[in-house]
Amino acid sequence: MAMSESATAARTRARPRFAARADWIGIAAILAAAAIGYFLFPNNLALLTRIVSVAMLVLSIDLVTGFCGVATLGHAALFGAGAYAAGIGAAHFGVSDPIAMIAVGIAGGAVAGLVSGFVVLRGHGLAQLVLSIAVVHLFHEAANKASTWTGGSDGLTGISPGPLLGLFEFDLWGRTGYTLGVVLLVVVFILLQRLSRSPFGMLCRGIRQDPVRVAAMGASVNGALLRMYVISGAVAGVGGGLNAIATQVVGLDSLSFTLSAEALVMLVLGGTGSLYGALVGAVAFMLFEDFVSAANPFHWLIIMGALLIVVVLFAPRGIFGTAVRMVEAWRRR
Amino acid sequence: MTAVFEVEQLTRSFGGLRVTQSVSLALSPGDRVALIGPNGAGKTTFVNLVTGHLKPDSGTVRVAGEQLNGMNPMRRVQRGLVRSFQVTRLFPEMTPREHLALAVLQRQGHVGRLFGTFWSMPDLLAETEELMATLGLDCVADRKISEIAYGQQRLLEIALALALKPKVLLLDEPAAGVPQSETPRIDAALAGLPPDLAVLMIEHDMDLVFRFARRVVVLAAGAIIFDGSPADVTRDPRVREAYLGSYGDDRGGA
Repeated sequence: MAMSESATAARTRARPRFAARADWIGIAAILAAAAIGYFLFPNNLALLTRIVSVAMLVLSIDLVTGFCGVATLGHAALFGAGAYAAGIGAAHFGVSDPIAMIAVGIAGGAVAGLVSGFVVLRGHGLAQLVLSIAVVHLFHEAANKASTWTGGSDGLTGISPGPLLGLFEFDLWGRTGYTLGVVLLVVVFILLQRLSRSPFGMLCRGIRQDPVRVAAMGASVNGALLRMYVISGAVAGVGGGLNAIATQVVGLDSLSFTLSAEALVMLVLGGTGSLYGALVGAVAFMLFEDFVSAANPFHWLIIMGALLIVVVLFAPRGIFGTAVRMVEAWRRR
Repeated sequence: MTAVFEVEQLTRSFGGLRVTQSVSLALSPGDRVALIGPNGAGKTTFVNLVTGHLKPDSGTVRVAGEQLNGMNPMRRVQRGLVRSFQVTRLFPEMTPREHLALAVLQRQGHVGRLFGTFWSMPDLLAETEELMATLGLDCVADRKISEIAYGQQRLLEIALALALKPKVLLLDEPAAGVPQSETPRIDAALAGLPPDLAVLMIEHDMDLVFRFARRVVVLAAGAIIFDGSPADVTRDPRVREAYLGSYGDDRGGA
């Protein structure tokens, strides 16, 4: 009896008070990691900003893949749409205020989410995966062909964001870009934490675990998934917009199958279904990639591949998922 | 009393095989009806036709007077036609409390909310608490489904259906797979169903049928061959033939 009581107590961690405390610890950890990065790599803030923007893409994939169970290898379409929307707004329409550019990026990502969600959700399993690849290729080709607007394969240039809040210029060091990125990431993260605990978040987790049961409750499975795709697009759009602001150029690689696949790999590496897993995966993958490619420019891809195989075989829950497991096992002793 | 659930002349063929042959059936609020029949009688097809997972060739289904033809399964649930599953379909990583909260949120139209949690909705918490107490699930309220006994999962299936406040409840073998020692709890749960609810139970276990049903409908080869009291069903010659005759045919064929 005593055992079952303690087990019940252990299971009640999902209650709001515990959850809220864990959430704030998580936010504090993100801020601490961001500060450490700032002081550790003061000359490489561009890389850190890139990590932050790709982390948004990985979070965005986590929303549809980790939370809802939708398979996608085409999620960069949403990220790239955000980047191009913000970039085109700035280069062609003079929307150069950074906050406004982010807003345009969010809108672009959300629309791309609606469009690609509409297509991708028509299929299931393998067909879904193939549709997602087709979508990102179509987006890529559309951007390539519409070169008057996008710059085609040369990339979209002429993006010069104004000072942030009219005060902070985007300097050569990338301090403003990095700070903006970290602030955006924290805001997005807080919103997504709340989303994941909301009735809608619970519904989406239900869909991943058993869509038939969700339908038998009278809830619309496809309606919820499409909605999540739009939200996911908005999150990817923040990342895309941030990337356009920070690098002041948007290339076709932001709409590529390669980026889609890499971001999915990051998610698997960190651990699907958890917002922290998405962040851990993005940071670990990109820092490791940067480190290995500098240390061994010839064989770094081999090392990356080997690392991934090791993680998938020996820690299928990803870095974060495995760490959580180990902590839980240790506590239970 | 007027019927809350009416099936009229429901017919469906697969290829040349008529799996459901102009089946008609009406239930009033408070009815406790068992639908039985030998294997292959078309019980599953009937359920799927009613819930909207299959389209009938002809015939109608009504709930509270409203025609459901052409509605998808989701809309039918929203109109008050709720089913439970023969093999439990639950979310393995969620707790009973979360299941019931989700069902109540869905019923109230709040399941799309992007902020807030059900923990901060006192009315909803009270309702889930009451449902769990009624079905004896309070002791496992915050355990994951993968950690609770199958009998309790079956009870949660029933609780989930009730959380949607249905007008008509289709119970698909509610005791299937439950160990003998736990069947009294299922019995108690069935006995405690809301008195004004119309219940149609699809069941193999004749003991359970006799304990639960006040009316028995027998389906054989896609058609209703008996509709009457439990006391009469075993004496009916057509029913005996449907159940025993199939053995006779097998033996004759061998």
